[in-house]
Amino acid sequence: MATVSLTKLTKRYGNVGIVHGIDLDIADREFIALVGPSGCGKSTTLRMIAGLEEISAGSIEIGGRVVNDLPPRSRNISMVFQSYALYPHMTVRENLGFSLKIAGAAKEDMDRRVAEASAILGLDTLLDRRPSQLSGGQRQRVAMGRAIVRDPDVFLFDEPLSNLDAKLRTQMRTEIKKLHAKVQSTVIYVTHDQVEAMTLADRIVIMRDGYIEQVGTPDEVFRRPATRFVAGFIGSPPMNLHEATIDGGQMIFGSGEKLPLPGQFKTNVATGDKVVFGLRPDDIYPTGHGISSGGVADVHQIELPITVTEPLGNETLVFVEFNGTDWVSRMLNPRPLKSGERIAMSFDMSQAHLFAADTGKTLRS
Amino acid sequence: MDENSSARLKRRLVGVVYRIGLFLAMLTICLPGLWIVLSSLRPTVEIMAKPPVWIPQEISFDAYVAMFSGIGKGGIPVIEYFRNSLIISVTSTVIAVAIGMAGGYAFARYRFRGKSSVFLGLMLTRTVPGIALSLPLFFLYVRLGIIDTHFGLILAYVALNVPFTIWLIDGFFRQVPKDLAEAAQIDGCTRWQAFWQVEFPLAGPGIASAAIFAFLTCWNEFALASQLTRSVSAKTLPVGLLDYTAEFTIDWRGMCALAVVMIIPALTLTFIVQKHLVGGLTSGAVKG
Repeated sequence: MATVSLTKLTKRYGNVGIVHGIDLDIADREFIALVGPSGCGKSTTLRMIAGLEEISAGSIEIGGRVVNDLPPRSRNISMVFQSYALYPHMTVRENLGFSLKIAGAAKEDMDRRVAEASAILGLDTLLDRRPSQLSGGQRQRVAMGRAIVRDPDVFLFDEPLSNLDAKLRTQMRTEIKKLHAKVQSTVIYVTHDQVEAMTLADRIVIMRDGYIEQVGTPDEVFRRPATRFVAGFIGSPPMNLHEATIDGGQMIFGSGEKLPLPGQFKTNVATGDKVVFGLRPDDIYPTGHGISSGGVADVHQIELPITVTEPLGNETLVFVEFNGTDWVSRMLNPRPLKSGERIAMSFDMSQAHLFAADTGKTLRS
Repeated sequence: MDENSSARLKRRLVGVVYRIGLFLAMLTICLPGLWIVLSSLRPTVEIMAKPPVWIPQEISFDAYVAMFSGIGKGGIPVIEYFRNSLIISVTSTVIAVAIGMAGGYAFARYRFRGKSSVFLGLMLTRTVPGIALSLPLFFLYVRLGIIDTHFGLILAYVALNVPFTIWLIDGFFRQVPKDLAEAAQIDGCTRWQAFWQVEFPLAGPGIASAAIFAFLTCWNEFALASQLTRSVSAKTLPVGLLDYTAEFTIDWRGMCALAVVMIIPALTLTFIVQKHLVGGLTSGAVKG
């Protein structure tokens, strides 16, 4: 078990910068998710921590030891690859025991640890099969088993669930969470799926273009996104984000539509400021069909035409037209709605976010 | 007749036509081999007969007996030739495969300046016919004093085979996912161990096929060997075939018998290695 510290960690390929001097401190036994769109540098960061990628500048410490130039085998880490990377010419047992064999462990010790790991992951009956005879979920489990057997300081996961179908992914997500609770080690988990990040991680690191946009607990990054990018990236369906100009106590949108300026931002902006207004689908709802947000009075009512509805059973996503574009809202206890129908909508302005239009940074104080 | 039964009939007919076509193709391929075996077993009169005699009238192993009877009794130094062929083919194959593995791995895994030009250059060497090089090689070898030696021929064959083995083995290493070597390194292997424990076994079938091709090229090569060797101590089996040509006659039967002797080891080796050539070993390594 160990802490991990990244200091000014940088990766360049020639003149092309991939990761631009990021700083991150990961506590012992913490589950950290690195999340971001493709090409944001999250996988490269993970590979640098693993020692599979040389670092261009900065430093990496694992358990207080600088490991910048150490080969992967000297870092006491283990990694689960997106492709699983099981050795096809070995049985499950040999796959699990490979690291111990290389380390020259005694046969009894090897058998015991393989048995332990296979018991944790329910692989007992598969030990003599080869990877080609396993299903996707089973391969995934073997890959995790191989990581456990090493008893590493840090577990690294590189998009481990992206090759699985949706149902299995949810199932394996739960297993990973259980596994972390059981083995209690530091985990760094790379994913592009914000739902995975939200459900699994103690803290989420949102990356974009080689920079860290925000580090925070799932609740923090959801409720208090530091930038417009984070606001749009975290949450499903994504936050409604629209540019507006401040005019006294109002926000004027592109096509002249107006909304009142949320009370909590009154002192932070001035007339003429260009802002991006953000409101989650949960905070826009057909009047009477929303999440009660504790009786906050800052609710703006407006009648809008429905463009499309997406029924999900216990709720319906209602797309309404405002300012010439679609805004998505979440309707609880839904009733049947028709496209084109005009409906009274409530905008819970107490939950609104404002970002500076130029820098994208939050205007929350 | 309804649509379904006519479709079924058509499918059967097409199947029969395919089989006949396949049989004709196989016949064309196999007939010369069969003819060589037959010719080695029957008298010259029958071999030279026009129109050809398809079914042999009498069969004898005289040619084989004569071949091993020693010089003066119609024999040729077949044991020596066989030994030369074996030494030269095996040595040059081992060297060509070793270089091919190193080169193929480098081309498959590393980025370096001029990679594609070097690779193209290697391939271009294959466009030069070996016979075109025989005269320059001959002069060079005479000067170096390696004419008519095992070493000289091994050198030529290694040069001939290396571009091919690199190209073939490169392709097989490319098929081994990079993740596997990385996983092995994380599991505690050095780069070297990761290669031998994981990548080498997985590229094994490819390396085996490169080895077979290299071996057969050396085993059957005639043009260069006929120029670069002349004595019993260095001549290979294909060159040995020429021993059956005299000034005015060619002993077709003896030549065919030697050809059969040549084919047998090559065929046996191919059969042995063939089972290692089964592909699909990497399936299940990655993806779900």
